[in-house]
Amino acid sequence: MKNKKRRINTVSRPAEAVMHLILAAFCLACILPFVFVVIISFSSQDSIREMGFSFTPKSWALDAYTYVVKLGQKLWISYFNSFFITIVGTLCTLLVTGLYAYALYRKDFKFRRFFTFFCFFTMIFGGGLAPTYVICKQFLGLSDSYAAVIIPMLLNPFNIIVMRTFFQSSIPGDLIDAAAIDGSGEYHTLFRIVVPIAKPGIATVGLLSALAYWNEWFIPMLYIRDSKYYPLQYLLQEMQSKVDFLSRNSSVIGAEAAVRASLPSDTLRMALVVLIVIPIAFAYPFFQRYIISGLTIGSVKG
Amino acid sequence: MKGKTKKTLLLLSMVLPGAIWFFLLRYIPMAGIVLAFKEYKVYTKNPGFWNNLLHSKWVGLKNFEFMFSTKDSWVYVRNTLLYNIFWIVLGLVLAVALAVILNEITQKRVAKVYQTFMFFPYFLSWVVASYFVLAFLDPTRGLLTHWQAAGGGEVINWYHEPKYWPVILTICNIWKTTGYSCVLYLAAITGIDGTQYEAAAIDGATKWQQIRYVTLPHLRTMIAILFIMNVGNIVKADFGLFYSVPMNSGSLFSTTGVIDTYVYRTMTATNNIGMSTAAGLLQQLVGFVCIMAANKIVTKIDEDSALF
Repeated sequence: MKNKKRRINTVSRPAEAVMHLILAAFCLACILPFVFVVIISFSSQDSIREMGFSFTPKSWALDAYTYVVKLGQKLWISYFNSFFITIVGTLCTLLVTGLYAYALYRKDFKFRRFFTFFCFFTMIFGGGLAPTYVICKQFLGLSDSYAAVIIPMLLNPFNIIVMRTFFQSSIPGDLIDAAAIDGSGEYHTLFRIVVPIAKPGIATVGLLSALAYWNEWFIPMLYIRDSKYYPLQYLLQEMQSKVDFLSRNSSVIGAEAAVRASLPSDTLRMALVVLIVIPIAFAYPFFQRYIISGLTIGSVKG
Repeated sequence: MKGKTKKTLLLLSMVLPGAIWFFLLRYIPMAGIVLAFKEYKVYTKNPGFWNNLLHSKWVGLKNFEFMFSTKDSWVYVRNTLLYNIFWIVLGLVLAVALAVILNEITQKRVAKVYQTFMFFPYFLSWVVASYFVLAFLDPTRGLLTHWQAAGGGEVINWYHEPKYWPVILTICNIWKTTGYSCVLYLAAITGIDGTQYEAAAIDGATKWQQIRYVTLPHLRTMIAILFIMNVGNIVKADFGLFYSVPMNSGSLFSTTGVIDTYVYRTMTATNNIGMSTAAGLLQQLVGFVCIMAANKIVTKIDEDSALF
């Protein structure tokens, strides 16, 4: 070895430089579009009119954001809806998933095999989009409410697998037996003994489902017609299908006719994209820590 | 004995909410597959799911026949299969290559930073991604369109030219999924016992040989699992990618139309529940056969890597 500092059995310097180059280029490509959208959202409308979307706009402006703050009541409602659906949905998912997974984890549960199959079979076979839609809409009456977004997404067999696997790997069966001998009831054992130990597993499933709720736009597209229940993702989807949605339909976002002419519609949409991504960026350190382990468990043991 | 019954009842009460959900939202829709053999119409006198169902005409296999009588459906099947096959291969090669490279980086902290950035697109929705694409391809303001105009060349109206979309969609798919599978493979690589590399190095194996004979064989199970799952999904398309990113533009359907968008459009635009169910059912059945076949093939090659 020429260089004593380098560990033995590593790739050569030039080879490693090439590797860095490849990885850095790929990583740049991964985040560059987001950086671009942030830049656009802060560009002035004049600059965009003159030179289009650009990484180096002629002048900067906060128009889009001031518009969101001052005039976009409906935008705020959508933003609130996104948070509300994510928080309430995640809590419901955690509760129902946790209870189901815990019963599957208990080896002494009489109907364990049946309910395991009952859950996992839905991963292999299902009714498909149209029957599910018809049942939800016409039989269960899911439409135009928060429940219409949360209920169709409530459970996911994958999450149940992840949760059960966490229980299996972190909680010895003896502990449950010991608790039972001490006279601890089933629910007491679950919430006072199992839950504190299985916190990382709960965090994983919680973050996975929070992400799913936050990013969902397809379910609202199916079941929501009333704009007061729109989550932000669906509002954005709606906007792109009507290309100049904002300038044509300004009543929807609570603008007045006078403002219509100066409406920063290009930058405004990009600003909304930024507003959607920001909470994800903040939660990102947690996502990385917990989700990688969850995904590894789910894909290997599923 | 009494305690045992009580325990069973309590545990049953725990699975109950979930079981009811599975029953209502997964098992009843399975029974709803009968809609594929009916001409589903809303019973106007007394609308409601059961009345609609009972008063809809049985049409036998007509929904299936009608589906394949149009040329479009074959285009959608072709698109779905070609995109998936191409992306399974491309995605596998890229993700494994990046994972191997990432593992060889000596500064572990820098490798962690790379991993962080790579994983980022996985957390975004296709709607958000569609605005990223729009930033580049917008017909009047987009970066690429503007460059073309500034360069005096012909300006391409991207959202009306189907021939460019196989490339655009491939870039989007690679952008969003590679980091995720790379991280999965990397987790498998870091699980490999380091002494195996040392032993190989002492025996004079080059780095390339170590990758070929130590790293890749260890990834076999992981590759097999992801391969089986991907092949099982070969007739399924990522709905958001094909619906939201091309902005559901009608002139692009020849290259962006896939089975999933067809099922959705048949259901919403033409309100043909029966045909939509039929298409979905066929998709399910073919997918089921594919996953079984893939598992069988993997079992033949290497028994330990099989999924079930």
